[in-house]
Amino acid sequence: MQTKRMTFNSRWLPYALLAPQVIITLVFFVWPASQALWQSMLRQDPFGLRTTFVWFQNFERLFEDSHYLASMKTTLIFSVSTTLLSMSVALLFAVMVNRMIRSQNAYSTFLVWPYAVAPAIAGVLWWFIFNPSVGILPYILEGFGYDWNHRLDAGDAMILVVVAAAWKQISYNFLFFLAGLHSIPQSLVEAAAIDGASRTKRFWTIIFPLLSPTTFFLMVVNVVYAMFDTFGVIHATTEGGPAQATNILVYKVYRDGFVGNNLGSSAAQSVILMVIVIALTVVQFRWIERRVNY
Amino acid sequence: MARIVIDDLHKVYAGGVKAVTGVSLDIADGEMIVLVGPSGCGKSTLLRMVAGLETITNGTLTIGDRVVNDLEPADRDIAMVFQNYALYPHMTVRGNLAYGLKNRGVSKPDIERRVNEAAAMLEIADFLDRKPRALSGGQRQRVAMGRALVREPAAFLFDEPLSNLDAKLRVQMRVEIRQLQRRLRTTSLYVTHDQLEALTMADRLVVLNGGVIEQVGTPMDVYAKPASVFVAGFIGSPAMNMIDAGYLRDHGSMPAEMPSGTDIVGVRPDDLLLAKPEGPHLALQGTVALLEPAGAESHIYVTLDGNSAPLTVRVQGLPSVLEGQGVPLYAPLSALHPFNKASGKRTD
Ligand SMILES: Nc1ncnc2c1ncn2[C@@H]1O[C@H](COP(=O)(O)OP(=O)(O)OP(=O)(O)O)[C@@H](O)[C@H]1O
Ligand SMILES: [Mg+2]
Repeated sequence: MQTKRMTFNSRWLPYALLAPQVIITLVFFVWPASQALWQSMLRQDPFGLRTTFVWFQNFERLFEDSHYLASMKTTLIFSVSTTLLSMSVALLFAVMVNRMIRSQNAYSTFLVWPYAVAPAIAGVLWWFIFNPSVGILPYILEGFGYDWNHRLDAGDAMILVVVAAAWKQISYNFLFFLAGLHSIPQSLVEAAAIDGASRTKRFWTIIFPLLSPTTFFLMVVNVVYAMFDTFGVIHATTEGGPAQATNILVYKVYRDGFVGNNLGSSAAQSVILMVIVIALTVVQFRWIERRVNY
Repeated sequence: MARIVIDDLHKVYAGGVKAVTGVSLDIADGEMIVLVGPSGCGKSTLLRMVAGLETITNGTLTIGDRVVNDLEPADRDIAMVFQNYALYPHMTVRGNLAYGLKNRGVSKPDIERRVNEAAAMLEIADFLDRKPRALSGGQRQRVAMGRALVREPAAFLFDEPLSNLDAKLRVQMRVEIRQLQRRLRTTSLYVTHDQLEALTMADRLVVLNGGVIEQVGTPMDVYAKPASVFVAGFIGSPAMNMIDAGYLRDHGSMPAEMPSGTDIVGVRPDDLLLAKPEGPHLALQGTVALLEPAGAESHIYVTLDGNSAPLTVRVQGLPSVLEGQGVPLYAPLSALHPFNKASGKRTD
């Protein structure tokens, strides 16, 4: 392959052009990341007077800590549920909008709006809707004889954060699924119709497999979102409670570090999260090109 | 196998586009009908209405002994070969062939047998386990054919199945499809905009223009006696020469035998001769504008004195005329096609 080569007259121009990007990466990623790495190997006494270098002790303690392991499990349940919920609802919407002929654009626009809402605001929105004393949903559920209280019930709390987190992501997933559906040639679906496949069968044997690259991409994006980008949602609704029931890893980093003042452990936790993000990114780049191809 | 009766079919698209207007056609069992016409004349629309992919605005469609207007494509017992082949990219060739049978609940051993038979017939047995993307254009074309015939449907529908192939492969596949259709004797409706494909493949030819049938007939009938100026210009290559009757009258060469109402006279390039023929004929005088050798034959473009559009003359081998040279042209009266300008129809 031929690549285009640019030559710069000044020796410094290329460096100057790259500088902003490099500086941003240094200041906002490399610096804090190395800080966290360093911190994760330190321990402070309760009064913050003395700091000792403890090697990997913070990590060892974490993996023996039942709270941390419980938080991992919570995170797993939370991110899998959020991903499944937001992706399946988005796919349903995308399929329905794709069937429309004239109103596609209008519906797409409406469905994309939630994405513009800040996570904290979305959280507050859901906080009001689900509020056990003034919320509309508990009121309706009461009519069905269900006593909703996410402040006491761990299951209710989990449902609340999953719904609140998934809601916002539906827009994003919807756009990708719709684009994916548009890129499937109509003639394939027609051929399947002639080949005697019912609507449902066509979806599961032709459309869904052909969407698999999109689905896989979204899966990774959604898991990353659920694991790392839902701080605002949790903070505005349950604050990790009741009794740690919705205390996912990112939220725990904040709680242990800034509320509990255990900076060493908090830093170790964020290093673990960083490793998970890096792993997920590698999976995404490696797999998406090769495996999920037909 | 089945007879297909198309009775006064109309299609008006949502935007108000009238794509097909009052088309009627009776296709005999085992017959190969070729629909031919320029781009946008409604060929695909008509075919897709027969397939059930497009609703019928008006008219009746009968396949076999059932009116199928309101049946789903799957229930019409037809198979279709698409222009882009529409092979399922995530399935192997075997999966592609078996898909329609599986959906219809054919038993496993039967599917196996029928897939293998079809694969042998189309010589695709060697790549049954490959995905479509690992096949050449010609091989994909065969798989698309295989997917249609493995189902043993009442009718085949083809929508320009060869237009994505290169010229050589197109000729080869054309012959193969024709042979296969002769062997299987399955009623077929074949859409193309290539007049040569139409002439060579059809039992009967249907020339469509602007959503209306211009002419139906055997290829030789349509070629020998085009019913309208449009058909005359569309079927046959190089296209038929059209000479204005006014010009002929002005030059005193309008044959008296021409029917009344004739104001265009058509002559095929083969029927224009440089040497005077026996019997009654038309005689013209012109100048050679361009000589175009094309292997076994040559095309001579001749401008008639005082008439702008050059006439095409087709001769065998290389003629002994020079560009710029004045030549006489002759055409036997029996080879002339008289048309009326206003109606566009033949006058004899
Ligand atoms: N879905 C549609 N909605 C509105 N108009 C359509 C639609 N499909 C086709 N048309 C119009 O109907 C007319 C016939 O189209 P059709 O596809 O049948 O032509 P065709 O003869 O198959 O042409 P080609 O040789 O280019 O395939 C055209 O004017 C086209 O623009
Ligand atoms: Mg077409």
